[in-house]
Amino acid sequence: MNRIVKKEQWSPEVFSMDIECPLVARQHKAGQFIILQLGGDFNERIPLTVADKDVEKGTITIVFQTVGATTHLLARKNVGDDIPNILGPLGHPTDIEKFGKVVCVGGGIGVAPLYPIAQAMKAAGNDVKIIIGARTKNLVIMEDKMRSIDPDLTIVTDDGSYGRKALVTVPLKEFCENWHPDEAVAIGPPVMMKFCALTTQPFGVKTVVSLNTIMIDGTGMCGGCRVSIGGQTKFVCVDGPEFDGHQVDWNNMLSRLGTFKPQEAEEHHRCHLDLGIPEGKA
Amino acid sequence: MKSAKELDEIAAKLRKNSYTPKERMAIPLQEMPVQAPEVRIHNMDEVALGFSENQAIVEASRCLGCKNHPCVEGCPVRIDIPGFVSHVASGDMKGAYSVISQSSLLPAICGRVCPQENQCQKFCTVGKMHKDIEQSVGIGRLERYVADAMSAQGYEIIPEVAAATGKKVAVVGSGPASIAAAADLRKAGHEVFMFEALHKGGGVLVYGIPEFRLPKKIVASEIGKLEKMGVHIQTNFLVGRTMTLDALMKEEGFDAVFVGSGAGLPKLLGVPGENLVGVFSANEYLTRSNLMHSYDPDHALTPAIKSEKVAVFGGGNVAMDAARTALRLGASEVTIVYRRSENELPARHEEVGHAKEEGVHFLFLHAPVEVQGDDKGRVTGVVLQTCVLGEPDASGRRSPVPVEGSEKFYQFDTVIAAIGNGSNPLIKMTTPQIETNRRGNFIVNEETLETSIPGVFAGGDIVLGAATVILAMGQGRQAAKAMNEYLSGK
Ligand SMILES: Cc1cc2nc3c(=O)[nH]c(=O)nc-3n(C[C@H](O)[C@H](O)[C@H](O)COP(=O)(O)OP(=O)(O)OC[C@H]3O[C@@H](n4cnc5c(N)ncnc54)[C@H](O)[C@@H]3O)c2cc1C
Ligand SMILES: Cc1cc2nc3c(=O)[nH]c(=O)nc-3n(C[C@H](O)[C@H](O)[C@H](O)COP(=O)(O)OP(=O)(O)OC[C@H]3O[C@@H](n4cnc5c(N)ncnc54)[C@H](O)[C@@H]3O)c2cc1C
Ligand code: SF4
Ligand code: SF4
Ligand code: FES
Repeated sequence: MNRIVKKEQWSPEVFSMDIECPLVARQHKAGQFIILQLGGDFNERIPLTVADKDVEKGTITIVFQTVGATTHLLARKNVGDDIPNILGPLGHPTDIEKFGKVVCVGGGIGVAPLYPIAQAMKAAGNDVKIIIGARTKNLVIMEDKMRSIDPDLTIVTDDGSYGRKALVTVPLKEFCENWHPDEAVAIGPPVMMKFCALTTQPFGVKTVVSLNTIMIDGTGMCGGCRVSIGGQTKFVCVDGPEFDGHQVDWNNMLSRLGTFKPQEAEEHHRCHLDLGIPEGKA
Repeated sequence: MKSAKELDEIAAKLRKNSYTPKERMAIPLQEMPVQAPEVRIHNMDEVALGFSENQAIVEASRCLGCKNHPCVEGCPVRIDIPGFVSHVASGDMKGAYSVISQSSLLPAICGRVCPQENQCQKFCTVGKMHKDIEQSVGIGRLERYVADAMSAQGYEIIPEVAAATGKKVAVVGSGPASIAAAADLRKAGHEVFMFEALHKGGGVLVYGIPEFRLPKKIVASEIGKLEKMGVHIQTNFLVGRTMTLDALMKEEGFDAVFVGSGAGLPKLLGVPGENLVGVFSANEYLTRSNLMHSYDPDHALTPAIKSEKVAVFGGGNVAMDAARTALRLGASEVTIVYRRSENELPARHEEVGHAKEEGVHFLFLHAPVEVQGDDKGRVTGVVLQTCVLGEPDASGRRSPVPVEGSEKFYQFDTVIAAIGNGSNPLIKMTTPQIETNRRGNFIVNEETLETSIPGVFAGGDIVLGAATVILAMGQGRQAAKAMNEYLSGK
């Protein structure tokens, strides 16, 4: 069950896998995610977005970055291996409508979950502009796929090694000033999403963000994924994962993400030792 | 407690059945052997160690075998208590097991977690005659003994499955309600598929109730029994998302569905600061420890929560479990903060006693006003308000009334909300035609437990609100009976 049928390494830290998971492939809509667990009593449950699917073949695509223990262990799985536990699709699908002009902003690994959304926005008849940003050239992912949706795709890197040397918020602001989008979608690291929301706010452009909080069950049972939206507590796994970026209490969300930072650093280190990976390498 | 030799003598005499009722009344209550508090707070192993055979025989012999057996009325599934207890008294554990099995499918579990002092043991004649419920026959403990003795001998009754009926039934969830329903539906010869959202079956029995109260291997063996009966167990399947209830019936051809999706929606504190770092729902706290094994940091990848001073809000079993787990995870000071007084604590007496022995502090008649944090968004403490007890509320308990101006800051680095669970909204969200009450509980026919959708039945916490294992199990069986009738007419 859940056999890996394709694996690619896109950068030192980014991997893509196609996994046989027919039920999830059949039900999945853009914006939804899965919870994955590598089996046994001791593995953790982590959320990953379904970046693509093939209903015929019954496969889903995940794209992930190695950040801690589980993503590192996952990166070591190969074609033919089974992923013991996959639950999904979870969360509400993205609200896809004909809004008119939609600007889609993806940062780092966030480009992967953005892809099915941009695709669906286009299919719904929207005029779609895409901005993708990364720290450096070899972390830019899915350029061709994104270009097939928006031939004028904007690429920015922090160090200027590819595309424009800028943060995604710079072209985003320009689009707000000159192109007047009706809606923005921003997916990426929480800090990036926060600043995208701050950028669009003065222009009154509704900005959808996909929150990547810490999760356990993904079914609404634990409340660990909760965030404060417009002063109300919401569960990202059942009420989200997408919310109005202008309503999110970003400081609370960011500090909650860091809940286990000290312990995880230790974990990450130990995981590297166990796997014989030199520190600083994925 | 009697010495082993004395117990031998009493047991020998009992086997010959030469005691008069008066003599029986004088047989001392058998205390449950437990791990010493200072030892057990450093491990996750079961606290109560279980009776020895002689203790069980002696305890069973305290039962007077009352003709009107008031204890049975107190048991939600009406176990023939004097019947099984008399088998124990004569040393016939198999006989006892088969009597219990007629009514209860989960004696090893209910014997451990039933709130006996409010159920069977509350009505026991022996307790009444001693004018002390604590002196009642230890029915739950005996039930546990019988179940444990049977499994120690490798004796397992796998119920017989009737000839295939050709009907296909879905059971949603794998908690006690669903386990019971699945077993009875399978026995009748239907093909049964159990769908569980988590990666492991058992519901609250695996993710909520800690190992030190209910060893997980017991739950695993109950799930294993279902598999041996031929129930298909599909984990990682969230009904509503992986497939809707409608699709199960219309596209997958299920002839009937039992929903036992439980009360898995944690209530949060509802005060400012409830989302600060270090504030957890008891569900999250306990799931990390129980299901994800974070208490074993040498192996588990899910990080454990490291705390010094912990406040647990609530007064039920969930609060006791969270507080006692916190101690075992290494907290130096754990305080249970409860709005009412000690008399109103809804937790099982035994658990409250165990918590106290382990050094859990209690702060009664206090309620949270605000959780406060530092500039990094981490909890620094809670402002509490004192309460006085007012008039009894709908539940018959006196409700707490906060005293204005009594606010005071208390320092804590971890806060756990154990103030109850609402019903899991996912099925309702994805199947709007199912009728629920204002609390989100499914509305069912009292007799058949059928919901507003024909062919869909429900039981356990999703119907009762957060209740008990035995009630959930009882409803699972009640629904299965009605479903078997429904299916035979289909
Ligand atoms: C709805 C949702 C969709 C997601 N989709 C993707 C995806 O498509 N691809 C992808 O690579 N990642 C995705 N994430 C993030 C992914 O879940 C985390 O990277 C993963 O849980 C880290 O697990 P780990 O054991 O490797 O690292 P850990 O050891 O658990 O954590 C390593 C570091 O990452 C941070 N972290 C922990 N959990 C998260 C989290 N949920 N989000 C962000 N940072 C986290 C921690 O602060 C920690 O310092 C998604 C998260 C959510 C909630
Ligand atoms: C910490 C704690 C301690 C407790 N202590 C005691 C005690 O000492 N004594 C006692 O009698 N009772 C106790 N209880 C209460 C008791 O555990 C519950 O009443 C009982 O477990 C309810 O059983 P259930 O079968 O209705 O649901 P649950 O045990 O809640 O099981 C429901 C299952 O359904 C799954 N599920 C939910 N939605 C879906 C879906 N859409 N698709 C698929 N699966 C789904 C859930 O993941 C879960 O596994 C305690 C509860 C808790 C939380
Ligand atoms: S199932 Fe519970 S209530 Fe019934 S006899 Fe056993 S311990 Fe008592
Ligand atoms: S009420 Fe007590 S003494 Fe009487 S039959 Fe029941 S358990 Fe035995
Ligand atoms: S992950 Fe547990 S409630 Fe959302």
